[in-house]
Amino acid sequence: MTMTRTTAAPSRLRADAVRLGYDGRVVVDGVTLAVPTARTTVVVGPNGCGKSTLLRGLGRLLRPRGGSVLLDGDEIGSLPTREVARRIGLLPQQPVVPEGVTVLELVERGRHPHSGLFRTWSRDDEEAVAAALERTELVDLAAVPVDSLSGGQRQRVWLAMALAQATPLLLLDEPTSFLDIAHQLDVLDLVRSLCDDAGTTVVMVLHDLAMAARYADHLVAMRDGRVVTEGSPAHVVTPAVIRDVFGVDATVLVDPDSGAPVIIPRRRTP
Amino acid sequence: MTTADVLARARRGPRRRHAVVVATLLALVVGLGLVRALLGDYRVSLPDAVRILGGADLPGASFVLMESTLPRAVMAVLAGAAFGAAGGAFQVLLRNPLASPDVLGITLGASAGAVVATVPLGLRGTPVTLSALAGAVLAAALILSQAGGRGGATGRMVLVGVALAAGLSAVVHWVLVRASIHQAQDAMVWLSGSLNSVSWNEIARLLALDALLLPPLLVLARRLPVLGLGDDLAAGLGVRVGRVRVGVTVLVVALVASATAVVGPVAFVGFLCGPIARRLVPGRPAVGVAALVGAVVVLGADHLAAYGIPGTALPVGVVTGLLGAPVLLWMLGGRTTSGEGR
Repeated sequence: MTMTRTTAAPSRLRADAVRLGYDGRVVVDGVTLAVPTARTTVVVGPNGCGKSTLLRGLGRLLRPRGGSVLLDGDEIGSLPTREVARRIGLLPQQPVVPEGVTVLELVERGRHPHSGLFRTWSRDDEEAVAAALERTELVDLAAVPVDSLSGGQRQRVWLAMALAQATPLLLLDEPTSFLDIAHQLDVLDLVRSLCDDAGTTVVMVLHDLAMAARYADHLVAMRDGRVVTEGSPAHVVTPAVIRDVFGVDATVLVDPDSGAPVIIPRRRTP
Repeated sequence: MTTADVLARARRGPRRRHAVVVATLLALVVGLGLVRALLGDYRVSLPDAVRILGGADLPGASFVLMESTLPRAVMAVLAGAAFGAAGGAFQVLLRNPLASPDVLGITLGASAGAVVATVPLGLRGTPVTLSALAGAVLAAALILSQAGGRGGATGRMVLVGVALAAGLSAVVHWVLVRASIHQAQDAMVWLSGSLNSVSWNEIARLLALDALLLPPLLVLARRLPVLGLGDDLAAGLGVRVGRVRVGVTVLVVALVASATAVVGPVAFVGFLCGPIARRLVPGRPAVGVAALVGAVVVLGADHLAAYGIPGTALPVGVVTGLLGAPVLLWMLGGRTTSGEGR
């Protein structure tokens, strides 16, 4: 399946010289980014470079100290929380699994932004939950408590919850951390298919550069709270960028199957 | 089987369980309430009780029922429900089974407020309630002020609460040490949590406060399942985390202070009811169920306290305190209860 990715729709989510931080510390220092619509954007960079913080800023979990984050042209902080939640789904790195909650109950919570305080469960809610469970192949586990599942299954449950939220934009923070390679592929294939089939705009933080190169349409490389370079994986994943961003000397080959860059790390740059 | 069938089946079990649990607890409240009201040292028959409530004056029976056993039963239900709901809601809000108002010093704040009003100032009635409320509010405000910032907000709130509880219990002891023997003894009975001398006035006041505070808490509790997934995810799902936290805390503090002002800090009830309720209906915040469990626990404990040892009437808090320790061990013996840190 090859798709021509030339006719880009206008970006719905953008950061404009945004500065983000905690307490006295600035972690993201003036990042400007237009998230490509209906594409998978992956943010990479060394530990502590501010990639997760940038994602929190894009999802309105952090208020910018400078610059702005715009959702469909509006300052994201000025929109009602619930309104943002209908447009942006957000999966933090380690969500809490409440004790004894079943898969179905957890996935149903994804419908929260679509319900009122005195809610009634609607047909839309039911259909969205059923579709999310089918897509993540969790229907048979619907009645099972989440805390009894394996790490890979759990990650699928969180994704199912985000799918049930049915948002056009999806922000994922390290969705594959702590998963073995087979489950990493599982999760990333699923995310990729959301983008390809449903036209969902995905922004994902990954620390694994090889996986990022393989699954991204648009790759953003960060270091020290700034964007070093961004573009297609072939454009971004070069020995020069890897040395600059990660401080590692590497050889870059081309995967004969997909054309994606393959990284062979050699040594830490002295 | 279609997906819709599978989902319907997956929902059926928990729903049925919830209905059975609520019905059973309601039956227990009514049953234990009757036992408490009728089967004391002086027994009142059910037909007599109905006649007394209808306005008849039966010598002896009328006095026992209307002035002693019935008010105690009603107060046990009101106070138990308040402590149970408040404790259950706060534990779920802070995602920590230790985070009940009695462990975190909110109840002790109310106690300190009430003791200061009673012993050195010699106040009675509504001023004591207000003073208890002030103490609880101050304690809660201090705990809530730790909610800001990143990440482990709830953990910090629990630590501050535990430290606060230690400080407040020092305040209570200090006041008692300076009090006269007579005052100190009164205060001690109240401090161990007692239904010994409840009046219909106090019942009316707590009933009004329960009716005012419990329904909004149950409505806000509908946000708790989403909040239980962590602050970030809850915010991502459209919950205004700060507002819900403040709203639940305000209601919890008001409930605890109103009940504590009347019956004293009945030991462990707030702490116990949440875990019991969540065992009964797993996977739900179960604030309503915790309220019912609270009513059952206080009713049962008060009956035991009054008649468990012949000739010795204990304050109800002594019994709930004694029950608390084994239940805590039983909880520790089960699976780990905290969802944090995974």
